[in-house]
Amino acid sequence: MSLALVKYLPVTGNVPFIRMRFFALGLSALVLLFSLFEFANVGINFGIDFRGGIQTEVETAPETSIEDVRTVVSALELGEPRIQEAGNSLEARHTILIALPLQPGEGAEAERANQAARETLEAAIAENFPDAQLRGTTVIGGAVSGELVVTGFTAIGVALFLMLIYIWFRFEWQYSVGAIVALIHDVIATVGMFSVTQMTFDLATVAAILTIVGYSMNDTVVVYDRIRENLRKYKKMPLPEVLNLSINDTLSRTILTSATTLVALISLYLIGGASLEGFAFAMIWGIVIGTYSSIFVASPLLLFTQVQRDSGESSDQ
Amino acid sequence: MLHFGRWKLLTILLVVLAGALYTLPNLVPETVRYQINEADGSREPRGIWRYIPSSTINLGLDLQGGSYIVFEVDMNEVRTAQLESLAADVRQTLRNDPPLLPRSVAVVGEEVVVLMIREEQRDEAFERLRELNGPVTTELGQPGLAQMYDMQRDGEDPSAIRISVTDEQFTAIRQRTLSQSITVIRRRLDGLGTTDPTIARSGADRVMVQVPGADDPQEIIDLVGTQAALSFHLVDNTINPGPNGQARTPPGRTIYPVANTQPVQYLAVETRQLLTGENLTQSNVTQHPSYVGPVVGFRLDTQGALIFGDVTRNNRGRQFAIVLDNEIITAPRINEPILGGSGVIGGGYTYETASQLVILLNAGALPATLTPVEQRTVSASLGRDQIESGTLAIVIGFAAVIVFMLAAYGIFGVFSTLALLVNVVLILGGLSGLGMTLTLPGIAGIILTIGMAVDANVLIFERIREESRHGRTPANAIQAGYERALAAILDANITTFIAAAVLFMLGAGPVRGFAVTLGVGIVTSVFTAFVFSRLLAVLWLRAFKPKSLPL
Repeated sequence: MSLALVKYLPVTGNVPFIRMRFFALGLSALVLLFSLFEFANVGINFGIDFRGGIQTEVETAPETSIEDVRTVVSALELGEPRIQEAGNSLEARHTILIALPLQPGEGAEAERANQAARETLEAAIAENFPDAQLRGTTVIGGAVSGELVVTGFTAIGVALFLMLIYIWFRFEWQYSVGAIVALIHDVIATVGMFSVTQMTFDLATVAAILTIVGYSMNDTVVVYDRIRENLRKYKKMPLPEVLNLSINDTLSRTILTSATTLVALISLYLIGGASLEGFAFAMIWGIVIGTYSSIFVASPLLLFTQVQRDSGESSDQ
Repeated sequence: MLHFGRWKLLTILLVVLAGALYTLPNLVPETVRYQINEADGSREPRGIWRYIPSSTINLGLDLQGGSYIVFEVDMNEVRTAQLESLAADVRQTLRNDPPLLPRSVAVVGEEVVVLMIREEQRDEAFERLRELNGPVTTELGQPGLAQMYDMQRDGEDPSAIRISVTDEQFTAIRQRTLSQSITVIRRRLDGLGTTDPTIARSGADRVMVQVPGADDPQEIIDLVGTQAALSFHLVDNTINPGPNGQARTPPGRTIYPVANTQPVQYLAVETRQLLTGENLTQSNVTQHPSYVGPVVGFRLDTQGALIFGDVTRNNRGRQFAIVLDNEIITAPRINEPILGGSGVIGGGYTYETASQLVILLNAGALPATLTPVEQRTVSASLGRDQIESGTLAIVIGFAAVIVFMLAAYGIFGVFSTLALLVNVVLILGGLSGLGMTLTLPGIAGIILTIGMAVDANVLIFERIREESRHGRTPANAIQAGYERALAAILDANITTFIAAAVLFMLGAGPVRGFAVTLGVGIVTSVFTAFVFSRLLAVLWLRAFKPKSLPL
């Protein structure tokens, strides 16, 4: 067991991360601007959780095309249907996802109209595609989808706020500001990614974003922890050098942890099935952007917030 | 850091053992663990399983298939009904001896407004109406602090009294309505013979119903969404209901449509209810010589039987109507007095529709209308597929992480692999032992934990590597590595735990399952990395006394 590849990874790297900060901040600014632009122009492809309406997953004979299904569903005149292939390449089944918008009406009347639309849709599928198997249906009324939007975004906000408080207690406010800017950076970049790819954004995506926030924070805290330690250890070293040293000290850990997490998530993305695809995708992107932001956003920001050096007990090392 | 006392060692072993014991049932088929009684489906643990945990992880509906439906209670309807019944009480109270005659008692907006004919009687009427008031009855059946009604003499109109329902009373009514609804829904679903339905309150005015294995949500919506308010009325044939049932009716008469008629026919009935569903003791599907096909037979309670006997004796030759949810389901002619307190409802039922009506009648009426506002159904085959792909993703992710760690860290990779294995056992054992529900996002949480759990190990190993480069002995380096990595590990995991906790508190439905496995996984991964893998490292140190670390 002397074969430990980590031996070839230097304990402390020697990459001039801090010198790259202006380039990195420029890149981040570009990504964020592009994300916001895409979000404003194209918008997010909200899933049924947030949009409301009717969604049915049907397993059909392989020769049934999306166009066949579209013709049948459009003829029902229940609003503009969205029809897409479900399932990924590793699945043997041929499944199609049919979504209908919220049915018009007020209150209970609209809720009943949604249910009626679901029945009509199911009946039409059964009649036109006798081999089709219903795999699952979801009906979300207008009131519930509205609440889910509010809850989803409140959850993200509350989590950010609590982490801010925690970091503030454990470190000083300068760290707290850096960490939270990095987190907001990650959230915006993820939303931007969903605008660009038009992948479905649903409740699971909110869960993914919260986990990304947690993961990115995790990464940031590890670096900050080391910065604090090194600030006490090397009292004379200029701040940019301390920051650079700390990032390099933790670099092999950052690479290894990101790699194992990515390995696990890629298996989820490839094998986990259609329902988890969006979630896994968001997470994979989040790990990449979270790792980047801890190194290139959270740490250089400490230069701007002028972190205190003389706090804490002096070290004898 | 390197010393493990006897008790500490024992505790660690106990925790791992407990995790393994709770995980074990998930790997053994049900028939091995339980003696299943064929007759009623009940089961008893058998053999060794009587003494060790025998229950498995609860699977969410997305993994076992079934329907999840949230119904909303129409609270406006409940409020209106409350005001109407208050108005009726007010009329009754004022009619008592000596009568104080009101010009009108009416529901106006959210108030009952009483207008007296003689202004000087208002104070007396007000005093008498105060008898109606009293403290709110709380959910536990005790008197609350607030009063039920807010009663006021109008400042501008000297003949008017305004009575409104206080917020506290309305909250109490709301809660009562919800618990009554839940009881009725439970009886109905039990009547359907479904397995383990879950029925729970959800927010202020919703009821959540989960029925495992129910592929067809419509069956449940029909059963739960029907109010099943049943009443008996005498038909008034002197009134022509008009072609659309729109004719003006004199007070005390109501027009209802007749079920299953094409075009729809209407009948006028006396609004007064002779009997309601509450007078029914039992109903069943049966046959009757006068009808083709199945009919619904019912029995009345003693009081109901007396009333029904009197009515049928005194109204021979007239029709009476049985009204279910504002629709006449049958209106037979009274040919002879019915004294036995039993009868049949017939006309065009199939066996299914008759059985459904029987379930509804036996379970009683809902206190209000329920509307489905959210419905998620997963077929058993999709559930099976999701479990299969989820499990496969866990296994492959796990294998990939192990290969990676072994390649990167050698012997220390073995420690972390063992720690990871214990971690998964503890997560599964924790989910089983705490009775948590595993959902598809929950599986994602486990995979994510597997990926992130090594983080704590990596932090420690990297620290050990550093300390070792600074010239420390292996024992010293391991000691310092664990000590110094602790702060970073705790900080990093607490922040992720905050995210999981927020998700758990605010998250809806399946997303909570993700929060659960993520949260449990964080706790177990800190334990396994910091306690279990350290134990392994220490044992390795003692056994081999290495001169240098293979890192």
